Amino acid sequence: MKLYRIVLAAVLLTAAMLLSACGGKNDKTLHLFNYGDYLEEGLIEKFEKETGIKIKQDTFDTNEDMYEKVAGGAEYDLIIAADYTIEKMILNDMLQPVDFSSIPNSKNLDQEVMAKVAVPDPGNKYAVPYTWGTMGIMYNTKMIPEGSITSWKDLWKEEYKEGGIEMMNSVRDTFMVAEMILGIDMNTTNEQDLQRVVDLLMEQKPLVQAWKNDEARDDMVDENAAIAMIYSGEYLYCLDNNKDLAYCIPEEGSYIWFDCFVIPKNAKNVSAAEQFIDFMLRPESGVATFDYLGYPIPNTAAIAMLDKEYLEDENIFPPQEFLDKCGVFHYLGKEGDELLNTYWKKYKGN
Amino acid sequence: MSDKRKFLASPYILFILCGTIIPLLAVLYYALVDKDGNLTFANLASIADPVHRKALWLSLLLALICTVICLLLAFPLGLMLRRSGGKKGFIIFMLILPMWMNFLLRTIAWKILLQKNGFINVIFTSLGLGEIDILNTPSAVVLGLVYDFLPFMILPIYNVMVKIDNSLVEAAYDLGATPFKVVRDVILPMSMPGIISGITMTFVPAMTTFAISEILGGNKILLIGNVIELEFLHGGSRNVGSGLSMVMMFFILISMALLNKFDKNGEGTVV
Amino acid sequence: MKKFGKALYIGLIFLFLYLPIFTLVFLSFNDSKTPSSTWRGFTLKWFREIFSREEWIEALINTLVIGLLAAGIATVIGVAASVGIMAISRRQRIVILQLTNIPMVNAEIVTAISLVLGFALFGISLSMGTILFAHICFCLPYVILNVMPKLRQTGNVAYEAARDLGAGPFKAFFSVVLPDIMPGVVTGFLMSFTMSVDDFVITYFTRPVGINTLSTLIYSQQKVGLRTSMCALSTLIFLLVLLVLLVRMFLTGRTAADKSTNGGV
Repeated sequence: MKLYRIVLAAVLLTAAMLLSACGGKNDKTLHLFNYGDYLEEGLIEKFEKETGIKIKQDTFDTNEDMYEKVAGGAEYDLIIAADYTIEKMILNDMLQPVDFSSIPNSKNLDQEVMAKVAVPDPGNKYAVPYTWGTMGIMYNTKMIPEGSITSWKDLWKEEYKEGGIEMMNSVRDTFMVAEMILGIDMNTTNEQDLQRVVDLLMEQKPLVQAWKNDEARDDMVDENAAIAMIYSGEYLYCLDNNKDLAYCIPEEGSYIWFDCFVIPKNAKNVSAAEQFIDFMLRPESGVATFDYLGYPIPNTAAIAMLDKEYLEDENIFPPQEFLDKCGVFHYLGKEGDELLNTYWKKYKGN
Repeated sequence: MSDKRKFLASPYILFILCGTIIPLLAVLYYALVDKDGNLTFANLASIADPVHRKALWLSLLLALICTVICLLLAFPLGLMLRRSGGKKGFIIFMLILPMWMNFLLRTIAWKILLQKNGFINVIFTSLGLGEIDILNTPSAVVLGLVYDFLPFMILPIYNVMVKIDNSLVEAAYDLGATPFKVVRDVILPMSMPGIISGITMTFVPAMTTFAISEILGGNKILLIGNVIELEFLHGGSRNVGSGLSMVMMFFILISMALLNKFDKNGEGTVV
Repeated sequence: MKKFGKALYIGLIFLFLYLPIFTLVFLSFNDSKTPSSTWRGFTLKWFREIFSREEWIEALINTLVIGLLAAGIATVIGVAASVGIMAISRRQRIVILQLTNIPMVNAEIVTAISLVLGFALFGISLSMGTILFAHICFCLPYVILNVMPKLRQTGNVAYEAARDLGAGPFKAFFSVVLPDIMPGVVTGFLMSFTMSVDDFVITYFTRPVGINTLSTLIYSQQKVGLRTSMCALSTLIFLLVLLVLLVRMFLTGRTAADKSTNGGV
């Protein structure tokens, strides 16, 4: 019987500890909602030391999860969110405008990137970009000769089936590929267009080894796949781990995504949020972020400090002519999302 | 007799009510209305959608294959282990150990093993046997299902077989029965409760899984569980998800009813 | 020859059951970020990583707290219910026991979505509490099915004798009945705890964003990519399960075959 008493005591103790841990909030805390593993630890320490503000970070897996939670009333001072979700949050009046005058380092923001951010956030009122990137094709030069991949159409080639072709397990990304090839707007909700997209993808379907999101990166590194859709930001990571990998920015163009800082309407500590954004826009913070994540940063002062080899690498900082061909995802509305899901299921299930 | 003790059951009855009955009625309700709350049969009928129909048949098929393989593996094993005498505790221990490992981790283990450059292919190619490229196919899903649920087939069969009185078996031999006849006419009928129990415990989870098919199917294999999960958690419709769940339950109940026809003694309970 | 064939067959089945687990254990010492089959040297850093990542620690604490609370509450309610059920009429008893079976035979995913819809119906938003409620619901049958048979064996005689000797109903229960049914209560508690810790499907549906148990964290992490740290986690869980089973064998003097005969994954 003694054992059970001990167990019971342990339960009560842990429960009590949990409760007390949840309890104490103080003014010197910044509640940040972020993707997992998406902020360099050293920067957090540095910010805490300098300002005395503690960062309490919660993480989410997908933007959809984040949206649900914030819409459900969760309180954060600062959120890192993707473009189309920001658009949705603006539409639903969940964000407050950013006061750029209290963020002096916003002068470092890359204006060309800001112009693209204005697509989901007209007038650049709500979102301060943190990182950005595009979608491209990664392939293994042991199985596919270097330089032979130039177009999204190469993902339709029978000869790569053996090595393994992988597409994204996400309707917007995978449909975008077909839309690029067909020259259809990537934000279309026209059913005829979507049918053409599905028809084209169905031709490729027998060749696809798997649909994977973040996992595709590992499959490329471990050579379980020969060619896959990969975010440009993963390119450096992959190359570090497997020298035989090459990357291609497809000639048809692609889409640009942004992850931005946004301040929700119900933020308690707006000033801490602004201080943190300002801190992150310092050139050296930008460099640290780039070194850690490998994604391009929208920070001209930081970019000026990067190694030349990175700056000249078109896979990381694509040329303007490619960017001109890139679109930005819009939030399609609830009906649009449902329509896309219907076509996605049609494609996946048949 | 009015016994005050019966009120002790009331918290539990409340739990049955709020945790089982009302939720199941909620599924039924959601299955029968559209998103504006109007009565409709469209959710149930959506099983006729080619995507859903295919997912349902594939689930039934894979679950059936999995159950048959498990049975074919487990029954002979039960026969062999039946006579192992004093080692019973050890055998059960060995069977339970993998069962108590988190099933996601066990499934992930197969994914690691089956990768193009995974252990199995490394061994096979070094032996000159060529590559096995079954990851992301239904075969890999069946393998994962068999692996995850085999102990659930072995244990009940073994538990029943161990209890069979050996003098019965010996009597059958003394009367001139061949080993085959002994198994077919003596051991098999007496093991029936264990077999039925094993089949139920394998078939139902195999038919309704979504994690195993996702992990080993590379998001390519859409089972009915995957469809329901998609509808519920990834921007689909709860009503359609509920409708499909009801249809799925219907098929499970039919399968169970068929199974119980074989259970002549009526002893084979799941529990 | 026949004996050899038999040994071979048994050996192959156990190899099939254990090979993947041993692979995970082996890989957890490999100095490679992803669980690849190339050996890159021995390391213990993946074990350190498990313990240094806040999310894993949080998931572990959640798993244990939910497991212990769910099993504890289910045991209290379940024991009380068993005593109560013994006292009601046979007809009602049969109905209740039939209902008790539902969560055990039902497909997990259906139980999960039914609970989610039940919560939605009452306007309850998902929280730690909804996970706990769901876990108590699926743990209760295991308690009742372990306690009821013991109560039946004990019968009413001892209890009534104690009452006749002047003991109050509580005293009579705690000093006479409870010690008798203790093995059933303990088994019920332990089984509930294991079912709760092992559960994935029901937690996955009834959890709010941001709260993870080990199972749901493993699931969302494997979506991001397989990591050798997961193998390290498997090794730890394997050792833990081994330990728990051994302790339990010594404690209850029997093997843990119950789980198999009581269904569920």
